Parts: sequence; structure tokens; C-alpha cells
Amino acid sequence: MRRTLLKGGLALAGAAAAGGLDRLRPVVYAQPSPAFRIGFIADVTGNVAPSGRDMLDGFQMYLSEKNSMLGGKQVQLIVEDAGGVPANALTKARKLVEQDRVHLLTAPLLANEAYAVRDYVAERGTPMIFMVASADDLTQRKGAPNFVRVGWSSSQPSHPFGEYAATTLKYKRIAVIGSDYAFGYEVVGGFQKTFEEHGGQVVQKIWTPLGTPDFSPYVTQLRRDVDAVYATETGVDVIRFAKAYRQYGLKDKIPLIGGALLSDESLLRGMGAPEDATGIITCLHWAAGLTTLAAKKFVDAYNAKYKKDPSYYAETNYTGGMWIDTAVQRIDGKVDDRAAFLRAMLAVQLPNAPRGPVRLDSYHNPIQNEYVRKVEYQNGRLVNTVIHTFHNVSQFWTFAPAEFLKQPVYDRNYPPCRYC
Amino acid sequence: MWRSYGGLAAGTAVIAALCALPAVAPTYYLHLLTLTFCYGIMAMSLDLLVGYTGLGSLGHAAYFGVAGYVVGVLATTHAWGFWPAAAAGVLAAAFTAALFGLLAIRATGPYFLIITLALGQVVWGLAYRWVSVTGGDNGLRGIARPVLAAGLSMGRIQVFYYFAMALTLVAALVMHLIVTSPFGLSLRGIRESESRMRVLGYNVFLHKYLVFILAGTFCGLAGVLYAYYNGFVSPADVHLVASANALLMVILGGSGTLFGPLVGSALLVFLQNMLSGITQRWLTILGAILILAVMYAPRGVVGAARTLLARGARVRGTRVSAVEQSHTT
Repeated sequence: MRRTLLKGGLALAGAAAAGGLDRLRPVVYAQPSPAFRIGFIADVTGNVAPSGRDMLDGFQMYLSEKNSMLGGKQVQLIVEDAGGVPANALTKARKLVEQDRVHLLTAPLLANEAYAVRDYVAERGTPMIFMVASADDLTQRKGAPNFVRVGWSSSQPSHPFGEYAATTLKYKRIAVIGSDYAFGYEVVGGFQKTFEEHGGQVVQKIWTPLGTPDFSPYVTQLRRDVDAVYATETGVDVIRFAKAYRQYGLKDKIPLIGGALLSDESLLRGMGAPEDATGIITCLHWAAGLTTLAAKKFVDAYNAKYKKDPSYYAETNYTGGMWIDTAVQRIDGKVDDRAAFLRAMLAVQLPNAPRGPVRLDSYHNPIQNEYVRKVEYQNGRLVNTVIHTFHNVSQFWTFAPAEFLKQPVYDRNYPPCRYC
Repeated sequence: MWRSYGGLAAGTAVIAALCALPAVAPTYYLHLLTLTFCYGIMAMSLDLLVGYTGLGSLGHAAYFGVAGYVVGVLATTHAWGFWPAAAAGVLAAAFTAALFGLLAIRATGPYFLIITLALGQVVWGLAYRWVSVTGGDNGLRGIARPVLAAGLSMGRIQVFYYFAMALTLVAALVMHLIVTSPFGLSLRGIRESESRMRVLGYNVFLHKYLVFILAGTFCGLAGVLYAYYNGFVSPADVHLVASANALLMVILGGSGTLFGPLVGSALLVFLQNMLSGITQRWLTILGAILILAVMYAPRGVVGAARTLLARGARVRGTRVSAVEQSHTT
């Protein structure tokens, strides 16, 4: 009797699970068909899930605006979750390329995931579009012919911003606190290079582990005899850092500037108190407070659909969709001709993306505007308002590419801290 | 008696099917199976500790990672060939296990668990922070698969698949010999009662220490295979989560069954990759499956299968002697 009960229970549970599976299925998936197949490596679980969600939202919003037709071609979007783990990203890339035979891959979120899939995708030759992963070398020393980046390289906004901090904000001495991994080094490195070339001095560098639970020990170490603090934290660390920075009384004494993520819209939403974030100045190719027509249209539509301000993760994926759309249009939907498709992807120029005009340099990284943004509290929410625009900035800023590439990639100890 | 013949027949059938697979299956399944082999060797080596000696370790990814990183550094920055780099990787794992064993073996139960966990995280910390050697968070990239003989490049997944399968078979056989040897039997004795074994005159510490090193060495073998398969290693491969995954494979497949963890590895690899392509709630479903497995098959899939087979045998009237039954449990 007991056993039959058990069996019945198991069968019921199995049926329920199967039914649930069906209902949870988020997207069309997986049988090769004549459609235009895009493999989307997402990170919708794990540590970076909030940003990963924004990425998928941005891309799907563009798709739904176009009724799932890009360049007149029906799109089959195949989403695979890598959970923010490099090895999983590689397995998913293999699946999308070999099983689903996708025409185009989107690169995963994190730099370490992007590096994990790099060799495989470079070898297979499947076009891959980078919308978020920003490791400098992916379009510098370790690029590949089939890589197209419509996002950014980590040090790209830092170069103009370093100059801006020295010449416009007139800071002389700055203390730096940053996330202890490649992305943090590259953001800080670009800033330090141009800041010091224009007479500034970085007098302290503190590196904090990813996922620091409590920033008090780090914030209290910061030197007080500086004109400003430059911070570049990642993910929820931003929120904890901003909170500690204000609670220890630094917010009213020393101006806080930093890398783009310090005031990313996805994190502004979660700030403990508005005062934690107001007045922070950062620089990036996107700001939800942009007042151009294209930006406003995008922000309003995104707000209507998802009830939140679009972060750069969302914008860059929306623009990515627009980019692919334009390329496929140019080749009349013949995405099976890989060489032609790739040529079209590289030739795209968007005069009217939400972020402004975008085109590629010869290293496949975008040339785009960089906006200096100041966080303001308006109508009950925190907004990045644009206070200065650098037009058409390349990843090499004003340096000659060949010269620039002779220096090592920005690192924990490069550029060295000469004034520490 | 028929049961061991049955096991042999089943094993041969599975191996034959795996050999024939590349001819019919899409390459993606070969990728998943190759991953299964890498994690399978790791899980089987962990079973030497968990299932046979009663030492629950939560730092097993350390040896996997040490071997992977040694191969990574030697193959990329020092351009070593396949065999010397692979040997160095396995040796490095053995050496690490020898060192960690000295520190960990003295403890038992939860204390052993915590010490191995801490030691594992030390290796993770090294991988994450020693940027000049390990590449930090970005990991080490560009470990090229070797050309075995003329025209037989392991760059092709079919070739690498056979290589991984052969290696897994050899490793499984050697481990099988170990656990069925007198040494293996005394390990089981230690698992059941350490004090009794000590009274009987066995050197318990030495037994545990040796099996700890052996487990680390086999795990290193898995790490080498994995590094060449994926072409990169990153701190995530050394992380606590990786160690916990290996332990899950052992529990899911059946601890103390040796081949069970291999089945557990297959289950986990396939479930994870199949489910995550279907739904974003795949972690929930995976969790539910694990809970069900622990509730209804506490001795793992292989343990449950053996119980079912034994029951079937009884029904058919075959005599199963008490001695034999005690062997299977």
C-alpha cells in the first residue's frame, strides 16, 4: 500500500514538474531551421544575474519592437544560461555553435567568461558580438577577425575622464579604490595614465576583493589629504561602498568620482539612501539622463515595459540588436554567407543609437561619445545627468594605436603608483 | 554470482555504446561526455576518501586546480610538450595532497571537512591573487591540445573523446584494484571503526595519509585532462563550489560504489546543461531532483540499482547468500 502511494506521488510530482517545465520555457529553442539563429549566452542566474537580466531585457525589447524580424529575417533567439561561470560559458558556446549552428553568438557578460570562449570562437569563426564584456585586449592585443564589439573597452571612458578630472575639475591629488580584478585594473589604469599626464597625482591605490561584505576597513584607510576619491567597484559592492563612504563622513568632505559602474542605473536603483549617490561624477558612453531624442525615446519605452531606468547593460544590448538589424538588412538577410555577414557587421554605422553615433575602429571596437555624468536626485529617483560630452572617442583616445599597444595591458601594478 | 557477471555485461555494453557514439551522436554530446569523464575521474577519486575511508572532503577541487594550473603555466609560458606537462601536473597534485594530508589527516568528521575546505580556499586565493603567474580572475588561456601521432590531432573532439574515455577506464580500473586490494579492505575497516583497526595493529594514520595522496593524484589526472580539454583554467575551477559539485556527484551516484560517482558526474553534467537550456529555473529543478535522490535513493543511483537487482533476484528464487549481500552494501 505504502509503495503504491509512493509511486503515485512520484508520478504526480513528475507530471507536475513536466507541466511546470513547459510553462517556464522562456523562449523558442533549438531546432535548426531556415531562420536567422542567434545564440545568446546569458547570465540570468548566479552572482551577476541582475545585470544579466538587464542584458536579456534590452535585447528582447529590440526584438519585440521588430516582431522578431531583423533585417527582414525571422529571428530564432536561443538563450543559454552560463550562470557567470567561465567553464559553463564555454560549454554553452560549444552547444550553440555545434548543436544549434547559430549564425551569430553574443558574448557573455564577464571578462573571464569572454576569455574562456575566446579561443574556441576565434577558431570556429562564428561571428561573435560583444555587448558588455569589455576587457581591453579583446579588441587590442587579442582581437580576432570574427569579433565585433558594440559595447566598450574598459579603459575607453577612463582616458577622457582622467584628463577631465585634471583640467576641468582641477583635482591635483587623488586616492583610488578599486575592485581587485582585471576590469578594475583597466578602468583605473586608463584614468591614471591621462590624469597624471595632465599634472595630476594618484597618491594611493587600494584594491578590494569582489564581494566585500563590509567596506569600513577600506574606507577608513583612504587618505584625507586628497582633492577627490576615485572609486571603481563592481555589482552590489558599489552599493555597500557608497553607503560606507557616506557613513564614515567622507561624502561631505571629499568629492567622489569613479568608474562607470559606480553610478550605473542598475545599481542606483538599489542605493540604500539617495544621499549615498548624489553628486558622484563618472564617465561612460551611456546615461539614462541623456536628453537627445533617440535616448529619450528609448528610456521612455524601456520604462513603460520594465518599470525601471535602462542601465548600460540594457542600452548596449538594445543597440546591439539595432546593429545586427542594420547589418542583416544590408546583405538582404543572407546570413548563411558568413564572410559577407561579417563584412556587413563590421561596416555598420549607427548615427542614431540611443547613446549617440556609433561606428567601429579598425580594431573592431566602437568609436562613440563619452558622457561625463553627475548623479542627481530628481522626482524621487536617482538620475545620471550629462554635464559634459566628449565626441567620437576611440579606445586609444588621442594616442597612436601602434604606440599605445606597445605598453602592457593595464594591470594591478601598471601604471606604477609613482606618488604613493 | 550472476550479479558480477551482470555487472560485467552491463559495463561492457556501456563501453561498447560509448565507443560507437561518435559515429552517430552530434558533437555536442561528445563535449558533454568528455566533461563527464573529467569530472567523473575527479568524483571517483573523491569516493576513495568519502565512500571507502569515511573522510568527507570539501577541498577536492584544489588538486584538480593545481594540476590544471601547472599544466597551464608550463604549456603556455614555458611551451612544454604534452607528456612532460601532464606528468608535472599530476605530480604537482600528488605533492599538494601530500602536504595538505599532513595537516588534515589528524582531524576527523566535521573538523576534517573544515580543514580541507580551508586548504582548498588557500589554493583558490593563490589562483585569484597571484596574477603574474595565474592570470588572476581572467584565468590562463591558450592551452593547446597536442597532436598524439601523425594526423591524430586531439584538437578534434572525436579524438579527444576517445582519449578521455581511455584515460577514465584506466583510472577506474586502477582505483578498482586499489579498493578491492587488502589495502582497500583495511580502508573500509577504518571507515567502520578506527579504534578497532588501531587495536588490531594497523597504522591508521599511514593508511589514511596514503589514500589521501592517491585521491589527490587521481584528481590531478582529472585536472590535467580538463585543462587540455577546455584550453583554459580559471579560479572558478578551484572554488569551493567546484569541490561541492564533486561531492554532489559522489552522493548522487552512490558513495562507496566507485563507479557510482562516474554515473553521478554524467547525471549532473547532462542535467545542468539540458535543463539550463530549457528554463531559467533550472537550479530549482536540479535542487528538487537532488532532494528526491537523497530521500529515495540514499545510497545513490548505483546503490539503488543494486538493491533493486538484488530484490529482483530474490523474487526469481535465486539464492543470494548473506555474505554476498553484505559485500554490496
